[in-house]
Amino acid sequence: MAVANVSAHDAASTHDEHDHEHHDNFITKYIFSTDHKMIAKQYLVSGIFWAFIGGFLSVLFRLQLGFPDMDMSFLRPILGGWIDASGKLDPTFYLALVTMHGTIMVFFVLTAGLSGTFSNFLIPLQIGARDMASGFMNMLSYWFFFISGVIMFASLFLEKGPAGGGWVVYPPLSALEQAIPGSGLGMTLWLTAMVFFIASSLMGGINYISTVINLRTKGMSFSRLPLTIWAFFLTAVIGLLSFPVLFSAALLLVFDRSFGTSFYLSDIYIGGEALPNTGGSAVLYQHLFWFLGHPEVYIVLLPALGITSEVIATNSRKPIFGYKAMIISMLGITILSFVVWAHHMFVSGMNPFLGSIFMFLTLIIAVPSAVKVFNYLTTLWRGNLRFTPGMLFSIGLVSFFISGGLTGIFLGNSAIDIQLHDTYFVVAHFHLVMGAASFFGMLAGVYHWFPKMFGRMMDDKLGYVHFWLTFVGVYLVFFPMHYIGIAGFPRRYYSWTNFSFADMYTDLNMFVSVAAIVTFFAQFIFVFNFFYSMYKGRKASANPWQSNTLEWTTPVEPGHGNWPGEIPTVYRWPYDYSKPGSEADFIPQTVPLSATPESNLPHEAKLVQLEKEIMEEDEAMLVGNESKES
Amino acid sequence: MYGFLISIGVVLLIMVIGMVYRIQTLISVAKGSDKKIATTSNKTNAILFMVFLIGCGAWMVYYSVVEFDNYQLPIASEHGVVTDQLFWITMAVTGFIFILTHILLFWFSYHYQYKENKRAAFYPDNNKLEIIWTLVPAVVLTVLVISGWKAWSDITSPAPENAHVVEIMGYQFAWDVRYPGADQQLGDYDYRLTTATNSRGIDFTDKNSFDDFPSQNVVIPKGEPVLFNIRARDVLHSVFAPHMRLKMDAVPGMPTRFWFTPNKTTEEMRAELGDEEFEFEIACTEICGAGHFSMRKVIKVVEPEEYRKWFAEQTPFIKSNPDLVADLPVELKELAEIYINEE
Repeated sequence: MAVANVSAHDAASTHDEHDHEHHDNFITKYIFSTDHKMIAKQYLVSGIFWAFIGGFLSVLFRLQLGFPDMDMSFLRPILGGWIDASGKLDPTFYLALVTMHGTIMVFFVLTAGLSGTFSNFLIPLQIGARDMASGFMNMLSYWFFFISGVIMFASLFLEKGPAGGGWVVYPPLSALEQAIPGSGLGMTLWLTAMVFFIASSLMGGINYISTVINLRTKGMSFSRLPLTIWAFFLTAVIGLLSFPVLFSAALLLVFDRSFGTSFYLSDIYIGGEALPNTGGSAVLYQHLFWFLGHPEVYIVLLPALGITSEVIATNSRKPIFGYKAMIISMLGITILSFVVWAHHMFVSGMNPFLGSIFMFLTLIIAVPSAVKVFNYLTTLWRGNLRFTPGMLFSIGLVSFFISGGLTGIFLGNSAIDIQLHDTYFVVAHFHLVMGAASFFGMLAGVYHWFPKMFGRMMDDKLGYVHFWLTFVGVYLVFFPMHYIGIAGFPRRYYSWTNFSFADMYTDLNMFVSVAAIVTFFAQFIFVFNFFYSMYKGRKASANPWQSNTLEWTTPVEPGHGNWPGEIPTVYRWPYDYSKPGSEADFIPQTVPLSATPESNLPHEAKLVQLEKEIMEEDEAMLVGNESKES
Repeated sequence: MYGFLISIGVVLLIMVIGMVYRIQTLISVAKGSDKKIATTSNKTNAILFMVFLIGCGAWMVYYSVVEFDNYQLPIASEHGVVTDQLFWITMAVTGFIFILTHILLFWFSYHYQYKENKRAAFYPDNNKLEIIWTLVPAVVLTVLVISGWKAWSDITSPAPENAHVVEIMGYQFAWDVRYPGADQQLGDYDYRLTTATNSRGIDFTDKNSFDDFPSQNVVIPKGEPVLFNIRARDVLHSVFAPHMRLKMDAVPGMPTRFWFTPNKTTEEMRAELGDEEFEFEIACTEICGAGHFSMRKVIKVVEPEEYRKWFAEQTPFIKSNPDLVADLPVELKELAEIYINEE
């Protein structure tokens, strides 16, 4: 920590800090950057790009579902042969659309776009570090993700289409090209892209974990970490433990596809011939996949919850209620997320006894989630709420988290799940609880930290319009799906008219499609606001939201190394908002307790003496260093 | 030409809106009101939360009540009554929490909106509250889990001895149905024996297969336990009979099963719904390829006597296609001939 000991008074060394920034050229600054802030922005822009691709794919299949009789010839310029001579969407391509929509949204947008952006951006800034533990590995992490994206993007243009076996790519469907055309080259590219993606996630995760453990500034104990950092930290732990399992699942699938092994394949007669594979188990893949797949839900959700905690506390001008309970519930979620995976497989044919076990474990995980919701509500209670766009999106997140979380109680109950499994009820459930909720967390984060990223403010009013269109839109899209699901409509269906039980609700499906399209186009308001404000937005002040956390003590646009001069020391937790006795309604983490005798709580008053001793020691050490240097 | 004019008009309109907007922003900066927090926007957002709560809440309640008969599928199996009851109990519990938490969320948002001269309460924690809202959900969930677990173990318990066995095999993109015949024993199968005439890969060296017969539809008796033996020939499929509240994946290489007792005949259901065309259906709920959405099979639930009559009238595979047993060893073939020549 040599850098940290450099004195703030020493003008010469401060100048040094700035000096080597001048060596940055375009490539090292914007492309192969090792600066965590630039990498975060790269992730963010990539995430936005992918969100539009993923959203656009969903508009395409919503057109099919809402308007099954529509002549889609006008889409031929982009979809080409996937629209047949009579103007109908190809059913195989429909499956490819839902597959790619899922893959893109889950992995590229809500994992890389969310964790990648905010873990990178906020971890060093909020714990008081100059950069990530390994800037180079961080850069590699982004570029592995980029390669993964290029490969996945390329697969969209294959003649036989991209992977089409659902985002879960269950074998044997995903292993046999005879079963569906997308399982040919499309699936190969899917698997290749995922391997790069997993490598990227692991490098990112290792960095996040080691940075949080090792590079916290003086005084930043774990019990003073903002909840955002706790969330990113635990997310990285989950990712580090579960992504390798997905890697192994993918690897075995590669073997089955290309090298004639039978890990997942057994007793298959397809395309007029009996395959030689015997002894494999298709259910094994499902176990391996969901061992990642379920923790993945929390990988996308926890960062969003962390961001929300921070944004809600700041804009309620209140401490987050139950800081410790929030951490404990996140720890609980982290641990339990590894032991609930088989609730995706109640009717997969696995031993029903396992179903009982996983039902118990699954419903336990609802408890910490409930605690978090109640804590959010209590944080709002008797607050002084400022509805910044970030705050609106955070409140929206809490609403989605409740709505989607409660339906999880149905699905986690194996007896009820028999009927609901793989119906639109499930689609409604996870789109609300992990899709829309995480997406809102991401948007809340963008609106809240935009001033720190680009030194300018996003436009509030456009943010409000964006929020209300999206919030209402999301509910109009996903709430009706509950009814459709209770009525038994299976998911991943190209059309429902073959079945008399599902030959209804054409009006409701049309409604959902219209809502989805409007919501999709409302996102362009955001994109405009984002890029316009980047160059033309109002100049931000150093601490526009009057927040306590460390990132707001940096210059408006922090340079390389984040703080010119010394990294500030932290003296208190990040949630001293509206503290009784204090003049201002917020006390940043860098303000010593000894400076605020009027607002110290009894136990803090005792800490003041300790704090003074430490500060004196520091001073002595600094003086010593200076005299040595001169 | 009109299109061109309209697009120019639209562009101009957008520009005007943009200009007005820009001017307003500049005015607010000049006035210094952009520094204010208790703005009209803050108030508007607070009010909109209440509007959303009341408007969408009322809409949801209205739609849920009016549409009930539409989305609530009639039940046609005994365990379906139990699982549906669980579903609606869970709905009552979660629905209550859903409405309560949303009222709190939006009411707090409205009521505690920013006011210049107000200060938020410093209320960082309360262990008693935390314990209460850890324990209460835990207890409620325990009750739900235990009732769910009981239902689940009943449903997944071994089928009764007297259950009528039906084999359902999924393949791209249809279901094949096989009945065990008079001996109530399904003959063995091996996927390597699959041919155009023997689509199920039945092993005819197994005597039990001699009286096995196919059926166009799944025919089952009302009020008696039925066991579905489920398998798949190529990729994963899933047998879903929505009215029976029945779902089980069909897995290549791993036979699965699901037993249940239908409690309404097709005729009864037709009378109940006033729909002469009504049929119970099986759909596929595990993505299996281009024809995933078209794997329909009809289930006919009939009175037990009618079922027995129908069962006795069916023709075994080997009777309608004696070639299937042409290559069998002599003694087996003689046995098979008995079935073939039976009247």
